[in-house]
Amino acid sequence: MHTSDLSWMVGGPQGGGSDTSGGVFARFAARCGLRVFANIEVHSNIMGEHSYYRVRVAREDRHSVLDRVHVLVALDDETLTGDPHAEFTDFGGHLREIVPGGVAIYDSAKKFNPAQAGRDDISLIGVPLLDLLRQVLREAGREGELTRLRVMTNTIAVGASVFAMGGDIEALGDVYRSEFTGRRAPVAELNARVAMAGYEFAAKELGRPTFDMQSLAAPTGRHAMLMRGMHACALGKLKAGIHVQTYYPISPATDESVYLEGLQRTQNLLVVQCEDEIASIQMAVGAADAGARAATSTAGPGFALMVEGLGYAAMTEVGGPVVFLWQRGGPSTGLPTRQEQGDLRFALHPAQGDFPHIVVAPGDNQQIFDDAFESFNWADRYHVPVIVVLDKYLSTQSRSIDTLAMDHLVVDRGPRYERNGHNDAADGEYLRYAFTESGVSPRAFPGEEDGIFWSTSDEHDPRGHITEDAENRIRMMEKRMQKLELAAREIPADRKVHVYGPSDADITLVGWGSVTGTVLDAIKVLEAEDGTKINYVQVRLMRPFPVDEVTMALSGACRLALVENSYTGQLAGLIREMTGIHIPQKIVKYDGRPFSEEEMVEALRQMRATDATRIHVSHRSG
Amino acid sequence: MIAEKPRTVKEYKTPVHINWCPGCGDFGILVAVQEALAELQLPPHRVAVFSGIGCSGKTPHYINAYGFHTLHGRVLPNAAGAKLANRDLTVVAVGGDGDGYGIGAGYFVNAGRRNIDFTYLVFNNGVYGLTKGQAAPTLARGLRTKSMPEPAIQDSLNPIALAIGSGYTFVARGYALDRKGLPKLIAQAVHHPGSAFIDVLQTCPTYNDLMTKEWLEATVEEHPRMYQLSDEGYDGVVADPSSMDEIVAKKAQAMTKSYEWGDHVPLGVFYQARLRTYEEELEERMPQFAETPLVHWDVAHRDVGELLEALR
Repeated sequence: MHTSDLSWMVGGPQGGGSDTSGGVFARFAARCGLRVFANIEVHSNIMGEHSYYRVRVAREDRHSVLDRVHVLVALDDETLTGDPHAEFTDFGGHLREIVPGGVAIYDSAKKFNPAQAGRDDISLIGVPLLDLLRQVLREAGREGELTRLRVMTNTIAVGASVFAMGGDIEALGDVYRSEFTGRRAPVAELNARVAMAGYEFAAKELGRPTFDMQSLAAPTGRHAMLMRGMHACALGKLKAGIHVQTYYPISPATDESVYLEGLQRTQNLLVVQCEDEIASIQMAVGAADAGARAATSTAGPGFALMVEGLGYAAMTEVGGPVVFLWQRGGPSTGLPTRQEQGDLRFALHPAQGDFPHIVVAPGDNQQIFDDAFESFNWADRYHVPVIVVLDKYLSTQSRSIDTLAMDHLVVDRGPRYERNGHNDAADGEYLRYAFTESGVSPRAFPGEEDGIFWSTSDEHDPRGHITEDAENRIRMMEKRMQKLELAAREIPADRKVHVYGPSDADITLVGWGSVTGTVLDAIKVLEAEDGTKINYVQVRLMRPFPVDEVTMALSGACRLALVENSYTGQLAGLIREMTGIHIPQKIVKYDGRPFSEEEMVEALRQMRATDATRIHVSHRSG
Repeated sequence: MIAEKPRTVKEYKTPVHINWCPGCGDFGILVAVQEALAELQLPPHRVAVFSGIGCSGKTPHYINAYGFHTLHGRVLPNAAGAKLANRDLTVVAVGGDGDGYGIGAGYFVNAGRRNIDFTYLVFNNGVYGLTKGQAAPTLARGLRTKSMPEPAIQDSLNPIALAIGSGYTFVARGYALDRKGLPKLIAQAVHHPGSAFIDVLQTCPTYNDLMTKEWLEATVEEHPRMYQLSDEGYDGVVADPSSMDEIVAKKAQAMTKSYEWGDHVPLGVFYQARLRTYEEELEERMPQFAETPLVHWDVAHRDVGELLEALR
């Protein structure tokens, strides 16, 4: 166990401000010099359903959530004891997740009866939230605004939790002062005062802080950034010189597009909200055809509509577009706001026929940033669509990061047509689909003199006109598919596969994308526990598949197991198909939530202890 | 300044073999587009022609300009993406009535809402030609062409009314074999700033034996069936685009007129208004959009320092 880590949680009805409170606490912890890993879980609902925000703080970087909670802020009873009307659930609230000696802060005006909680081993602090708020507002001469400012009861509870955590209340006040800008600016100072009232109340109740979060803080130096995956993605696109982003609103992809939309005026890019995902990808293809760096972001249901556009882009060898697929729980509408890694196979073969495209799946913020950047280079260099596979968990998790490395970034717009270049036909005519050694034909951008070309979704000749000629068909098919081999040769090994941990490990785990962080945390726990040596192979480039690199990483393994946040463990099938290597054990989770560190540790113990081919974990989190 | 030699229609032709049926109305539209481009003296490399799928989808291959033969029903978002990326291009989109009003109906409607500066020509022949003559969205209930096993079971839609309701700012009807009128109408549409739409009545001699050249060009009670709206003194142009009252009145007039069919088939401009284009909206948000086409913006290696600081 990472015993010194502390886990703070706020839960409440959706639309009730738990997102804001969680964000404020995460920022507060980061500013105090702690390393933070935070994540929100929400229902597909605007108001009323249970949502909660977890903030894990530690001395060193952590990459996963914890089930266990040290300090819980419950803005409603459901957060404590679960939904009494729920038919199928073992969830039963977050009260049970609090560690012995932990603290729950709740609204004493609510129905919850601490005597019946069955938790004599924790401190239950009932706070008269509304009364305290009224008192502060009265002192400020603003009692008349109680109804309008009622949401600030959350701030009282957060203030109380800061005392229990052993945090610096002045620093919390500073977060409100600096973070509450725009229309919230007038209540920034008031929130700081209200938080203090909560803090003082908890001080009276508890006497002294239950935990000492400040002891986890880095002694000096500049505090880290708190970055979500969607930030890293958008920043990578901006650095790459994206011109156009199209999108249709869909969870959990929308956050990234809306973030970019808000930057249109200052960063000079065009973000178009389309009528559906078919229009989104077609507009991106049209823009890419015109020479723009174009992208679209979506989730599984939207991706299902985009597939014809991907085939079209591959067939017409457009430079792009880049599609960012933020996975969520499937199938069909599935679990719109929840986590899953079930779209890997779909991304690998999204449309009819054989065609080239690139699929990459980053696993942390730096990788997301790098892949968001590099995907545009690949699109331009190989004239293929590129799919970057991400997920809900990567989008919403906030992680401490000191800096994004970006000195290594180089923009490559790929082979461009030049008058009298090598791809001129004998009569000087430009051939957009000229047969070349590499398979890539230099392209012109519409508007360029002498660059006129035609393109069609039908099979076509080097000029881009329709033909059903057998010889041409063979050569065109080979020309297109050949580009995958070129990409496989040129894409550097450090973008394909990562091996973490000792080469002489007892157990080798294989995974991809968002499970990476959790696996790395869990490995450390087990190693500290009994010295088990485990290493981890992260497959990042999915197409063209890094056959040699994966074979090399897996062939010496003593024991092999796959980890995937899905039902079938799709990567295992892909590895078998590509390398012949059979992975005998799979650790899977498909309850719509990410693996917690505890779940992963438990699954690894089970895997180690048995030969079970399938290990399924779920702690039935809310 | 020495005047350049004027561009001729020949400049907009390609040597590609045209595989439409003999007598197809598409030939008339193709020539009309080429003549319109010549009339406007547009350099071929500044023109991009987009198409959907079907007989009409082959049109770009026959025009000497950048040509994009896209997917069934998806021509408009493709054309929009290219136009927004490079607004210096003159963008002309073409497609069939099944392409535009059936599988592409959602894009037809939403393109109207944006009012991007491009032209959309629909080759309206009432049937799906390339799949051998099934009923298209413009074939009226009860009609049965010679290729259909049963009469059409559902109503046809009204493209002119739909275009006006969607927000197109230039809405017209043409006739494929109108050698004199159609090129001028297309030139007018291309010249119009904003989304211009022409529903072009196109004969399909192979599958549509109802809306034939003979039927369309017939004289009914001493009047030609097809007539020009302007000959009747009809005026669809909004004189004062700042007047919502006038816009609504002209739209209502055009909608009513669009239901005239049968013995009288009006041709010409039903409605036209100079309203703000999508590009003009963008200029307001990004002044650079007015100066340089988006595709030429050098935005690689943007400075994201402030964005990173905001995460601290």
